[in-house]
Amino acid sequence: MSALPHKVGAEAIAEKGWLVAHKWLILRRASQIGILLLFMVGPWFGWWIVKGNLNYSYTLGVLPLTDPYLLAQMLAAGQTPEQLAWVGVAIVVIFYLLVGGRSYCSWVCPVNLVTDLANWLRTRLGLKGGAHLARRTRYWILGMTLVVAAITGTIAWEMLNPVSMLHRGLFFGIGFAWAVILAVFLFDLFVMRQGWCGHLCPVGAFYGLIGKASLLRIKLPQRAACNDCMDCFAVCPEQQVIRPALKGINGAAPIILEAQCTNCGRCIDVCSKDVFRFGIRFGAPVPGVSGTVSPVPK
Amino acid sequence: MNSETKPKGSARRQFLADTARMACGVGLLGLGVGLYARNATALPPAALRPPGALPEAEFSAACIRCGMCVRDCPFDMLMLAKPEDPMATGTPYFVARQAPCEMCEHIPCVKACPTSALDHSLTDITKARMGLAVLVDQETCLNYLGLRCDICYRVCPLLDKAITLDPQTNTRTGTHTLFIPVVHSNACTGCGLCEKACPTEIAAIKVFPLYMARGQLSAHYRLGWVEKEKAGGSLVTPDVEHQYHMPEGMKYEYGKGLSVVPPGEAAPGAVPPVPTFKALQGDKL
Ligand code: SF4
Ligand code: SF4
Ligand code: SF4
Ligand code: SF4
Repeated sequence: MSALPHKVGAEAIAEKGWLVAHKWLILRRASQIGILLLFMVGPWFGWWIVKGNLNYSYTLGVLPLTDPYLLAQMLAAGQTPEQLAWVGVAIVVIFYLLVGGRSYCSWVCPVNLVTDLANWLRTRLGLKGGAHLARRTRYWILGMTLVVAAITGTIAWEMLNPVSMLHRGLFFGIGFAWAVILAVFLFDLFVMRQGWCGHLCPVGAFYGLIGKASLLRIKLPQRAACNDCMDCFAVCPEQQVIRPALKGINGAAPIILEAQCTNCGRCIDVCSKDVFRFGIRFGAPVPGVSGTVSPVPK
Repeated sequence: MNSETKPKGSARRQFLADTARMACGVGLLGLGVGLYARNATALPPAALRPPGALPEAEFSAACIRCGMCVRDCPFDMLMLAKPEDPMATGTPYFVARQAPCEMCEHIPCVKACPTSALDHSLTDITKARMGLAVLVDQETCLNYLGLRCDICYRVCPLLDKAITLDPQTNTRTGTHTLFIPVVHSNACTGCGLCEKACPTEIAAIKVFPLYMARGQLSAHYRLGWVEKEKAGGSLVTPDVEHQYHMPEGMKYEYGKGLSVVPPGEAAPGAVPPVPTFKALQGDKL
């Protein structure tokens, strides 16, 4: 890395202009806030476009959407849903199989706004270090919530789940759920970078599992052009997913197939060399890249 | 962790240790979550579930906290529990004294529910059992005090079925009648309209969740008169007509008392004197 203090994304802004260097970030915020607004105009103005919340919603009286993780907990607890909820879960699973499981995290989930803010502030304040937890902890928690649902016969995780607490709270009255959200914020700010979304949240973990087979992925057609500025690492919420595809470790193809990639597209934004773009899992390997990988940074 | 430089056995031990740590940590968290959730599966006395709600234990497993029932209630009287409310977070409830269920004919809340949490086989709202009204305070109920308030009786959608007015003598005045509101569990839906309407400062009639409102007879109890009806006749030896044991030659008449039986007339209901204990035992004594 260069010895000079390096501002993440500065090169990309200089190269492509501010707007292009923030394109996916802006679209993502528009999506997150837009979805919140869709739910909000009902209680605010009585325009009932969407009813319900992220656990289950019904749009314009035709489109049911069911959270598959919640349904899994319900089944574990020994109950079954009605037909519309089954239709809803099929639609959601198929949708995320197409667009990438954790697209839910970066494009829909309201907690992402909170944790992104914490992360931004953490970078601004130069806070470093903190606790260490394995990224796979979330899968353990995911498994645990299903076991607890089965043993207690109730959807126990809903007593704590910040995702549904925040989303429900915004439209049905938040109560003390703000304290849970604040805890997540402070945890991410002071204790651990990307602590909640990157290590603990079982909702994200579940969508990640769907994403294992999903179609829309980040591709790296220009990975040979990488100048090792490390900006993509700096912005990626799941840094570990970039290296194999970027550096061709063990002959990895120039595509990010890891389940944890949230398809946020921030790497596309900040790369001044246009290494990344959205693409689909299948198709011919990107031409002219094999063997031209720059050396792995130490 | 730099396991590549360590011998294989060490990496393996490290892995096992990590896994054990993870299992313990997450297991403890799970224990906490489970206990916390278990503690919140009883409904507080003031909270009632929407019509058709499954029994509480199953409800907290079936309800996915989506709020569709809340949204489709035209009276907007349902709420979703907040984390600080003493019941499963995010589940729907209402408080009768604030806003009761208006017992919609087409039960939109049940129709909106995407799960079995609200039983979709409930199509007749009068069959709902959200709770049960109980006249909790006989000392402040205006009808008990001798007035003709009757408000709970009159607002009840199941007029004369869920609440009836039972006349009783007003022993205070000696001349008036008390019209005592009596709730019948075979008709009361627990809608809470009576509690909402009760004009006293704090309602004298309240609707409680069924587990609070109902008692239960021990399993071995049988109601004699019910059994008699079922069997089509008495199950025990038929009652004998009551008989008096009078001193010889005396009779008893209501209002008159004892009198001597005139010669030639048989004493009414008189029986031969019961043999004495001594006589029965004879010379065995
Ligand atoms: S990891 Fe969890 S909290 Fe974070 S964005 Fe994804 S679902 Fe939301
Ligand atoms: S029956 Fe009507 S008033 Fe009662 S909870 Fe359902 S929608 Fe609301
Ligand atoms: S509609 Fe059904 S699942 Fe949704 S909150 Fe109401 S009772 Fe629960
Ligand atoms: S709760 Fe009260 S008003 Fe409603 S059915 Fe029962 S007695 Fe009648």
